[in-house]
Amino acid sequence: MAPAVQSSMRNALPPPSERSTVLGWLRKNLFDGWFNSALTVVALGLILALLRPLFNWTFNTARWEVIPANINLIMRGQYPPEQAIRLWVVLFLLAFVIGFAWAANTKTIRGELITLFAIPLLLMLVPFFDGGIRLNLLIIEAAGLVGYGIGRFVPEKRSNLGVWALLIYAVVMLVILRGGSGETGLWAGVPTNLWGGLLLSLLLAVFGIAISFPLGVLLALGRQSKLPAIRMVSVLYIEFIRGVPLISLLFMAQVMLQLFLPDGFPTIDRALRALAAVTLFSAAYTAENVRGGLQSIPKGQYEAADAMGLSTFQSMYFIILPQALRAVIPVLVGQFIGLFKDTSLVALVGLFDLLGIARTILGNPNWLGTHQEVYAFIGLLYWIFSYMMSYTSRRIEASLAVGTR
Amino acid sequence: MSEQSTSQHIIACKDVNKWYGEYHALRDVNLNVKPQEVVVVIGPSGSGKSTFIRCINRLEEHQSGDIIVDGIPLTHDVRNIEQIRSETGMVFQQFNLFPHLTVLENITLAPIHVRKEKKTEAEENAMSLLNRVGIPEQALKYPGQLSGGQQQRVAIARSLAMKPKIMLFDEPTSALDPEMIKEVLDVMKELALSGMTMIVVTHEMGFAKEVADRVVFMEAGSVVEVGTPEHFFENAQHERTKLFLSQIL
Repeated sequence: MAPAVQSSMRNALPPPSERSTVLGWLRKNLFDGWFNSALTVVALGLILALLRPLFNWTFNTARWEVIPANINLIMRGQYPPEQAIRLWVVLFLLAFVIGFAWAANTKTIRGELITLFAIPLLLMLVPFFDGGIRLNLLIIEAAGLVGYGIGRFVPEKRSNLGVWALLIYAVVMLVILRGGSGETGLWAGVPTNLWGGLLLSLLLAVFGIAISFPLGVLLALGRQSKLPAIRMVSVLYIEFIRGVPLISLLFMAQVMLQLFLPDGFPTIDRALRALAAVTLFSAAYTAENVRGGLQSIPKGQYEAADAMGLSTFQSMYFIILPQALRAVIPVLVGQFIGLFKDTSLVALVGLFDLLGIARTILGNPNWLGTHQEVYAFIGLLYWIFSYMMSYTSRRIEASLAVGTR
Repeated sequence: MSEQSTSQHIIACKDVNKWYGEYHALRDVNLNVKPQEVVVVIGPSGSGKSTFIRCINRLEEHQSGDIIVDGIPLTHDVRNIEQIRSETGMVFQQFNLFPHLTVLENITLAPIHVRKEKKTEAEENAMSLLNRVGIPEQALKYPGQLSGGQQQRVAIARSLAMKPKIMLFDEPTSALDPEMIKEVLDVMKELALSGMTMIVVTHEMGFAKEVADRVVFMEAGSVVEVGTPEHFFENAQHERTKLFLSQIL
């Protein structure tokens, strides 16, 4: 007698895909045969063995209290606590301007904007922040929203208002940070040698990038110029700067410069000298990166611009540079991330940026032996900002991808 | 035909010579073009046809001889060069559209910044030119989103937007797929019928027969033979011309 269920029927339907279940995925990818299973087990063991001490240190041994105790130093260095409210005002304005510039530029709400607005709210969750800090973070959030609300009324034709707002902000920010000439009170002058920590690192990086970029573009164009004098000056500058390490430029600026200047010449601000060194250094590298972009533009683009009667300046501004710069966004951002991290070298010439502050904290007898904690934390700060830059660069590239050849 | 009276010629070239280093690219080229005339330049590759028309708007520099365009002598004077360029449009083999700008922006860029037209005026003009070349619906696309034939038609519209008196075509159909050649040639025919002065470097003998007022045959940097299409295709005088025509027809 034939069985009720025939074997051919059992094979009628394929079994449900194993990929759709966790177990199926594990079997397919990790335990596919005895050799792969053995590899998986060994690898798991190795990973655990390596991670356990790290976990142990992070959650048991590490004296993380060093971070909350010194968080003000890490954030703003020796900037006087009485005037700390000015730093918050700078941040309120920053949130306002970013919201405004965003809305002036594009009326669409995208994922990045939501991420941006989530940052102050997430920071409010940091356990050791007190009520004052949380209130300030809330004001930052509100300022950003107000800026965004106002920016939405900017007509599309005036979208460059956002850029102007950022430029004006840069000046206003420096004025607020520096203050007046008085010794006391809310508007007391704060010389730049008291600026420190994350504040100084970010200022050096942002102004270094903002100034070295146009300078580098000019140098790249100068290197391609038909005028021998301009070309030679550009080449000499670029090759000289690229031939020396940044640290030597920083020492030149801090130690040697004053010796060369005539007696009675006013002392140039130390932070400014460091900024100049970083900027001049970065400009030479920017120039070479931009030159790479210029060389990637086919000759036909120049010819078409010429044949239409565009002047050399117009052809550069409208045709060549937009394409050349777009081609080198990834390299430029890589270089700017490098610049941000290189600002830590100013600690070696006596400025108190993130790294410099870390070293003073470690010099405090109360916090002997907390090297790992402090360096891990400033490392994390560097990573957060570097990652934000690289994320932004990828978003910019994606949004410019329309119309590439 | 009198070669001297430059007043009635919109382009006058006299004994033009050009060298690339040792290589003698143009040898005593003489050619005069009357207003509204369509001149087709043919010849084997490397014969200097492209070099010659690129000298007319100074994309290449000639070393001796005179080139006078619409009464303006082509010298080192930048003002003269700019004036000549504003009166001559050029269409390239590789289109050379600006890939980061939309079709509309490609066409309006020079009118706005060189001719100082108002943006609205330039855009209206651009749209009517796009209508003329048959692709108004592509105005807001980027060049990379168009076919080769469409891109070349945009390039023609872009040149016309500068309201040139002369149009130079440097092998405008050589980079196109065969089925797209016709749409570009049709635009060029319409342009010729409208009375535009044109110099066309091409291998399209059909176009030369049908549209050209005169055909110029160049070889090794020299003008070998000039004549009407009828003379040229039925009754060529020089052996070299006959050989060339027998190879391509």
